[in-house]
Amino acid sequence: MEPINIVKSVVTPLNRKNVDTDQIISKEFLKRIERTGFGQFVFYHWRFDQDGQPIEDFVLNQPKYKGSKILVAHENFGCGSSREHAPWAILDYGFNVVVAPSFADIFHNNCFKNGILPIELKVSEIEELLAKGEQSVLEAEVNLQNQTLTADGKVYHFEINPYYKEMLLNGWDEIALTFKYEDYIKNYEKKRVQFS
Amino acid sequence: MGKNIIEKVWDQHVVYHEDGKPDLLYIDLHLLHEVTSPQAFEGLRLNHRKVRRPDLCFATMDHNVPTKNLPIINDPIAKTQINTLAKNCEEFGVPLADMGHPDQGIVHVIGPQLGLTQPGKTIVCGDSHTSTHGAFGAIAFGIGTSEVEHVLSTQTLWQSKPKTMQIHVKGELGFGVTAKDIILAIIAKFGIDVGTGHIVEFTGDAIHKLSMEERMTICNMSIEAGAKAGLISPDEITVDYIKGRKYAPQGDKFEEAKKYWLSLASDPDATYNKTLVIETSEIEPFVTWGTNPSMGSGVSKTVPYASNYTEESDKQALKKALTYMDLQEGTPLTDIEIQHVFIGSCTNSRLHDLRAAANVIKGKHVHPNVRAIVVPGSHSVKKLAEEEGIDKIFKDAGFEWRESGCSMCLAMNEDVVPAGERCASTSNRNFEGRQGTGARTHLVSPPMAAAAAIAGHFVDVREIMNVPV
Repeated sequence: MEPINIVKSVVTPLNRKNVDTDQIISKEFLKRIERTGFGQFVFYHWRFDQDGQPIEDFVLNQPKYKGSKILVAHENFGCGSSREHAPWAILDYGFNVVVAPSFADIFHNNCFKNGILPIELKVSEIEELLAKGEQSVLEAEVNLQNQTLTADGKVYHFEINPYYKEMLLNGWDEIALTFKYEDYIKNYEKKRVQFS
Repeated sequence: MGKNIIEKVWDQHVVYHEDGKPDLLYIDLHLLHEVTSPQAFEGLRLNHRKVRRPDLCFATMDHNVPTKNLPIINDPIAKTQINTLAKNCEEFGVPLADMGHPDQGIVHVIGPQLGLTQPGKTIVCGDSHTSTHGAFGAIAFGIGTSEVEHVLSTQTLWQSKPKTMQIHVKGELGFGVTAKDIILAIIAKFGIDVGTGHIVEFTGDAIHKLSMEERMTICNMSIEAGAKAGLISPDEITVDYIKGRKYAPQGDKFEEAKKYWLSLASDPDATYNKTLVIETSEIEPFVTWGTNPSMGSGVSKTVPYASNYTEESDKQALKKALTYMDLQEGTPLTDIEIQHVFIGSCTNSRLHDLRAAANVIKGKHVHPNVRAIVVPGSHSVKKLAEEEGIDKIFKDAGFEWRESGCSMCLAMNEDVVPAGERCASTSNRNFEGRQGTGARTHLVSPPMAAAAAIAGHFVDVREIMNVPV
């Protein structure tokens, strides 16, 4: 995956709680056997009506957010299905950073495997970013090394597990890393509890 | 101080630990299906990697298999995925129960049915409802496709140790109240993200009196409360269920396993990071009215009013949900008319579920405005039900009796609810568009779905039931 450190762009405010992975990528688009090409389908039924026409007031269809790399949403983002097609679609559409007060566990894990940085901020901070993002065009700069998001002159600090930070900064292949622990795995397999 | 089962099983599986890093966790059983595995196998091929332990993998086809007119698959893309899984399993030596195989079925139905699911195991699958297997006292959780590839290559996963939570169900379960109602009530009471970052153990007499199939329904939907996994400590009921199954230990090995399994149960003085309690008196047959599984109420209630909520974001969420569902605040749930009934899914498609629904519809007929289908969870469930004559009860009542698969739970195959129509569904998710674009899903138990099929609207199943299910 691609390393990630500094991301600068306009913020896309998606003012919803509990955005589930069925909304991020609907089931009719899960039948591909590749990892690529899902961006065109992201939030499909929020972006397009039943005739395939763009729904104008949905944020992703508003010209001022075009080219945005930073998506801001409300609590429990990415809940529901484990489909990694959801982060694939988000990344393929152009977002490298998702900011929310909380994330569902599986989605959160999936982000780190794909070079997407999930940032957790306080509810009040998210509400501030959403409000500013909706009212005008809010430019933001994310710095993973420093663990900061800067917008409208204000610096927001975020926490991240050092293991995942390192992985994102370096774009590491996790499987290659794990192979370095093969002796531990072999030793474990010798003493493993097994009945059948 | 005693340990809870979550700590016991987790600690047993740590291959490598370093402070400040996630644990490297060994995986005992890796289940695979056609939708979330192709990119993982492709990754192995591109990097010239092999499957480390094909003997600890088991694959089947469930998500987009047709449930009628087998073996014809009309959707060419679904066909590609199904063929790709068969090809991958052959190339990498992974055991597969493919379409038409007697062991085929929904991955979370066949694992337990074949005896692959056992207490104390770590079990993963590229599917969030892997939590189902926790019913046996396993740590079982859903993973993404990159993690599927990681497990295939290394038989391990890097995982941060989750916090532990106890959800205690206190009291005796009332007449006509099912496992589905317990879990829907828990999610409605505590919220869709209460379990985030935790593994939940369900405790209490009401839980330990349940059959294994009912326990699976509860653990299945722990993901709907946001939990990493949900489980129940093994007891004699657990052990009895496993005995004699195809991949279960046999003879002396079984006795040895039994002793070990029972020792995994949480110690009486075990503690948890968090404990929540729900009284059974709070639980009646449930119906969801909104667009996530926490948006549900007892059948005697009405669709809630925005004024019931204090937070503005909750009022907005209610309004959005009711607009999508085309419902008005204050409407009695029993006034909601439905056009479809789906009995199936990894939540409620086992023999116990089909019996419970059949018990309600026996001698009655599906309402003329309703199309009702039953999709057994596996070939084996279907066969056993047919041996009992359950298929005949459904067919005589006007239900369609299908082949096994995930079907209308997520509508990846041809079993779709049309836009604007309503479905009483025994599945697990009522998200927008889940059962078809614009479709409106109401989650219920199998007896409640059966009762709605006959009446054409929701009814309190307790009013038409004669004998306890």
